[in-house]
Amino acid sequence: MLASGFASIPLTLFGLVLVTFLIGRVMPIDPVIAIAGDHAPPDVIAAVREQLGLDKPLMVQFWIYLVNLAHGDLGRSVMTTHPVTQDIAQFFPATLELATTAIIIAIIVGVPLGVLAASRQGSRFDHVVRVVSLAGQSVPVFVLGLLCLLVFYVKLGVAPGTGQLDVAYEGMVPRVTGMLVVDSIIAGDWDSLWDALAHLAQPALVLAYFSMAYITRMTRAFMIESLSGEYIITARAKGLSATRVLWRHAFGNISVRLVTVLALAYAGLLEGAVITETVFSWPGLGLYLTVSLLNADMNAVLGATLVVGLIYLVLNLLSDVLYRLLDPRVT
Amino acid sequence: MLVEIRNLRVQFPTATGLSDAVRNVSLTLGQEKLGIVGESGSGKSLTARSILRLLPSNAILSADKLTFDTIDVLRADENALRRIRGARAGLILQDPKYSLNPVMTAGAQIAEAWRAHRGGGRKLAEQAAIDLLAQVQIRDPKHVAGSYPHELSGGMGQRVMIAMMLAPDPELLIADEPTSALDATVQAEILRLIEDLVSRRGMGLILISHDLPLVSHFCDRVAVMYAGRIVEELAAGDLLRARHPYTRGLLGCLPTLGHRQARLTVMQRDPSWLET
Amino acid sequence: MSGVLSREWLLSETPASRRQAAWVRRYRGWLQLRANRLAMVGLVTALVMIIASLAAPLLAWQDPSAQNLAGRLAPPSFAHWFGTDELGRDIYARILYGGRVTLGMVVAVVLLVAPIGLVVGSVAGYLGGIVDRVLMRVTDVFLAFPRLVLALAFVAALKPGISSAVIAIALTAWPPYARLARADTLTVRSSDFIAAVRLTGAGSARIILRHIMPLCLSSVIVRVTLDMSGIILTAAALGFLGMGAQPPMPEWGTMIASSRAFILDQWWVPTIPGVAIFVASLAFNLLGDGMRDVLDPRQR
Repeated sequence: MLASGFASIPLTLFGLVLVTFLIGRVMPIDPVIAIAGDHAPPDVIAAVREQLGLDKPLMVQFWIYLVNLAHGDLGRSVMTTHPVTQDIAQFFPATLELATTAIIIAIIVGVPLGVLAASRQGSRFDHVVRVVSLAGQSVPVFVLGLLCLLVFYVKLGVAPGTGQLDVAYEGMVPRVTGMLVVDSIIAGDWDSLWDALAHLAQPALVLAYFSMAYITRMTRAFMIESLSGEYIITARAKGLSATRVLWRHAFGNISVRLVTVLALAYAGLLEGAVITETVFSWPGLGLYLTVSLLNADMNAVLGATLVVGLIYLVLNLLSDVLYRLLDPRVT
Repeated sequence: MLVEIRNLRVQFPTATGLSDAVRNVSLTLGQEKLGIVGESGSGKSLTARSILRLLPSNAILSADKLTFDTIDVLRADENALRRIRGARAGLILQDPKYSLNPVMTAGAQIAEAWRAHRGGGRKLAEQAAIDLLAQVQIRDPKHVAGSYPHELSGGMGQRVMIAMMLAPDPELLIADEPTSALDATVQAEILRLIEDLVSRRGMGLILISHDLPLVSHFCDRVAVMYAGRIVEELAAGDLLRARHPYTRGLLGCLPTLGHRQARLTVMQRDPSWLET
Repeated sequence: MSGVLSREWLLSETPASRRQAAWVRRYRGWLQLRANRLAMVGLVTALVMIIASLAAPLLAWQDPSAQNLAGRLAPPSFAHWFGTDELGRDIYARILYGGRVTLGMVVAVVLLVAPIGLVVGSVAGYLGGIVDRVLMRVTDVFLAFPRLVLALAFVAALKPGISSAVIAIALTAWPPYARLARADTLTVRSSDFIAAVRLTGAGSARIILRHIMPLCLSSVIVRVTLDMSGIILTAAALGFLGMGAQPPMPEWGTMIASSRAFILDQWWVPTIPGVAIFVASLAFNLLGDGMRDVLDPRQR
């Protein structure tokens, strides 16, 4: 069973690569013109075209693309003039920092809320939790982000503005992992750490609310199903306390499925990060993607899409694997 | 008197008002074996579970008297009920596939019941679990203790349930169709086991079943339920002399090996049985 | 004899015909949905929004594209219920017309996605074998991308605009429907009544179309309603990122993007479209939740 799951990865990966390649070749914007300029003489255009490899047939182009991929070469970004792989390595840690912080907050708040709401199903608390999480899944992330900036930064002045760091602190902390919070701890620079955390707070909380909504709903749904099981009656008949029945027995039965849901929620944060980074000017992969889009930098767009797709795929697979490993019923 | 019930009533809200699932049920139980027989939907499970107040959350329970060893179950708070459940009265459900926690080992579940009421450390409880498994006639108790419910057969699962419920040494055992999900060959074994353990420990037993001859064999008294009420109550030995038409109908429906029958008897239901 | 479609007839416990049984089931489902207050709020809100968008020309007395640079960024007043935006256009009118754009995009996506997903899923599930494997592989590839990112990449490749956005969202939204339909198909494929229909000589196409697809419908409907909110959010996000409807077209996400800089002092200009997106999305979520409770309780 596990083997078949693993066997499908190469196929899906291939499909991923193929789709991104095709997207890149469908674009109406001629990359040659983009590089050479509108008024370049025909021989320059031909030279650029040959350099980009666009004069060869599509199949050959795809093969070259694959070969390059195998060497980790995603092309060069027109915008930054760096290799795309270097750009991604530059920007990815910030997204990782943001997403990880968000998921931790979402889990710490969301899971207990879901459990408690299920245990008090139908009560006012349950209704409030349901509406709040439904709202969380309905609110556009960018609106929430903008409103947070408006309220907390502009009106109340308690939070710093956009970006990862105040301009004053820029460059003070040597880059080790690329995640400012971690790097400032490593460097022992507490002022920078405080500033980094302050800047991280808003985007992380916005993303966390988004994710928490999903996590709370799934936890609640799982718990309601678990609480209707006969083994719950047995547990109560044993005279166990309500807390023990709720957590050890009901929650214990859903923890495996919940872990897989959490992996998927983490993957879903990648999507939310794209928008959140745009609103908060957070220098992560999402921002890189949207800016490249606006600049029609196809290499960058496709490279970033491919990487995001890859991470998504890995997380989905991880969630599958975890399920099979953790559930005692699956051998 | 272990259990005293007078005019028990269990209702459920439906789209068209309140519906009576159990109506005017009264019975008493001492240190004896009582069997409650009836078809599906007759209210026998609900009656028994009312004693421990383990009803579904939307059930409405009322009674003139509902006591367990003079403790007023109807008005008891959750803490008082928890002192009764497990410690003084145990409940065995029908299908161990569903009634055992799928993600805990058998030993852990039994040990949990032990520790909840007898205290003691984990090692002690684990050892006690293994001992209990031996008492319910499981041949390799250590292996079973480390197994998960889905790895056990139906018969073994029920033995685990029994061990789990007897761990705190209760005075009353309620067995809700304990053998209905088992093979015929295993059924007799499990019932004999229950009977044996109950007799040796001097416990009371409420055995719920739809199987009339089975109940009459293993119990001292039998109560027959139909549509939420008790239509007849008699000593097990007097079963063949039952007077209520429903009971006689049930007896008449049973095919026997000795008596040749061309067609199976079909019970004729009299709507007057719904009124009492 | 009680009249057809009267309350008695609809609540009957012993329906006399197949049609009556179907109506009884629908009516009971409706009663169950009606009892769910939150779902009713969602239904009414969604209906109001749809009607308001359709009746936009009647309800908005100002021209949504009429610019008035002198009166730009005006706060809400009698003349302009929601104020004016950065080019002096009436926000109230733009919200109404924007509703047409956003909801129109969503409907277009759904009309593309549900049938395709249904067909792919039921064909894959019924025929099994190599067809199933190939189709599921394709589904997996599309599922491997987070929806927004893939939509962005598609839109970037095509020209940014409404039709590209619709196609892009549709391309990323169909896989779950195929999965759902396939799962439902697998459940019924080996049942006796399918075998019976096969025995009567029905071909695969007929079986899939007339017998299997109707059974997949209820999960698809539930999923569609729930998905609506996600599609609304994605469409708005594309608009916000400049990849969806292009200015000067009134689309809620695009409106927020172009007025983003004014959030400080004229906060209503970007906020009101944001509230509109939120309300629409929430309404469909509430409705979808309620419908799922009625149609497919085990899916909760």
